[in-house]
Amino acid sequence: MIQTFFNIEIIAAAWPIVLSGLLNTVLLSLIVVPLGLFGGLLLALLASIRHPLVRWPLMAWVDFFRAFPPLVLLILLFAGLPFAGLELGGFACVAIAFFLNTGAYYGEIFRAGIDSVPAGQVEAGRSTGLSRLQAMTWIVLPQAVRNVLPDLLSNTLEVVKLTSLGSVVAVPELLYQARQAQSLTYNPTPIVVAAIIYFLMLWPLVRLLSRLENRALAGRR
Amino acid sequence: MAPDTQAIVDARAIHKHFGALHVLKGVDLKVAERELVFVIGPSGSGKSTLLRCLNRLEEPSSGSILVDGIDMLDARTDINHARQRIGMVFQSFNLYPHMTALGNVTLALRKVAGKSRAEADRLGQAALERVGLADRAGHTPGQLSGGQQQRVAIARSIALEPRVMLFDEPTSALDPELVGSVLEVMRSLRESGMTMIVVSHEMGFARNAADRVVFMDDGLIVEQGPPAAIFESPTHERTRAFIGQIQRH
Ligand SMILES: Nc1ncnc2c1ncn2[C@@H]1O[C@H](COP(=O)(O)OP(=O)(O)OP(=O)(O)O)[C@@H](O)[C@H]1O
Ligand SMILES: [Mg+2]
Repeated sequence: MIQTFFNIEIIAAAWPIVLSGLLNTVLLSLIVVPLGLFGGLLLALLASIRHPLVRWPLMAWVDFFRAFPPLVLLILLFAGLPFAGLELGGFACVAIAFFLNTGAYYGEIFRAGIDSVPAGQVEAGRSTGLSRLQAMTWIVLPQAVRNVLPDLLSNTLEVVKLTSLGSVVAVPELLYQARQAQSLTYNPTPIVVAAIIYFLMLWPLVRLLSRLENRALAGRR
Repeated sequence: MAPDTQAIVDARAIHKHFGALHVLKGVDLKVAERELVFVIGPSGSGKSTLLRCLNRLEEPSSGSILVDGIDMLDARTDINHARQRIGMVFQSFNLYPHMTALGNVTLALRKVAGKSRAEADRLGQAALERVGLADRAGHTPGQLSGGQQQRVAIARSIALEPRVMLFDEPTSALDPELVGSVLEVMRSLRESGMTMIVVSHEMGFARNAADRVVFMDDGLIVEQGPPAAIFESPTHERTRAFIGQIQRH
């Protein structure tokens, strides 16, 4: 059993491949998370302009990309764009798909955070002469982010997990590399190793999230 | 008008509609420099809306408003610049909970008045001193009592050296034992010559600090005059009914 699923020799042989996968997963996350956060913030800021001409297209945009399965979106970009004369490669497709998909999710979280800040906060700021943008930057956003920190973290966790979708378009991230190693060694051990790495990488985030959620609950009491 | 009776607030024929609701129905309000005007009236009569129109937190439907000679409703007026001259104190304090008391007071000094951090801190500290909270500069709102929070809110306004201060029920959210400290600060502000428009139910304060009491009802100023006249011998039936009602409480 252990020989099959946790074979030390195979681990040693596959390690360089799996490690390069891990590095790519980290790199992908470091690109995709800030990109999604940025897109989400942009959407939420646009949504705070309560003009119908901005609001409706925005709502349609967010709904569309939240309803669209990210895997389908990714494959569509990867397989479809070349027909439009645009050859982007797996990495760029993942970045764009995630920007669209997770940006919509982050956007909804930021929007809820902004809505959670009482109107009196902005009024106090504006009454001292702050512009709308200044009041947003210095008064609303810091409170908004603090209020939705658990949701932001929870979504980030999902995003990191979703980077494994990159394997479908041959981005050599952790899962893809583990499967390469598996097919080279005819042994499932690399997949087990990848699973353990995912867990070790995300478990601290999960703990942190629990603590934040508990603190938020305690704060509400 | 003689220079010494120069109106610092001159609002004329202010109307305000919220959809179908006609909330202000042609209000004229002139306030002289150093005057303390007290605004009273039943709930929903438009007191808050009037104050909020004066610094354009609320857009009047029509009328004209001059504050310190600046046309507040002119589209060419830099409203953010104009608002520095008009302090506003809210019933619910509206302090920024993620900042210290000093941070609350210095934000606009730095971002609007363009002071350096050191200069803003110095001015902010001086403003906190004036409201008796110099030793609370590093506390966050959550660590302060309601009365202290409201005094920080006052410091946040006076740090910008406004020409007028608007108070919308500044003591209504406070426990009775904390009201005195806020009124004390308002009294000292008045003694320093600040022009003030105060919406409040603190009739004792109105009697001994106000120059003029304005009674509003149903979106109009019904009657105004010195506190003694309004409280002892109101001429309008509605004023009489209102004064009688609050004095029974
Ligand atoms: N943003 C708004 N939208 C719609 N109606 C409003 C708005 N603000 C105020 N009103 C309405 O305008 C009327 C006057 O309100 P306002 O707050 O000015 O009264 P007030 O005299 O300050 O009353 P109170 O003593 O209860 O504070 C009320 O009927 C109120 O419901
Ligand atoms: Mg009111």
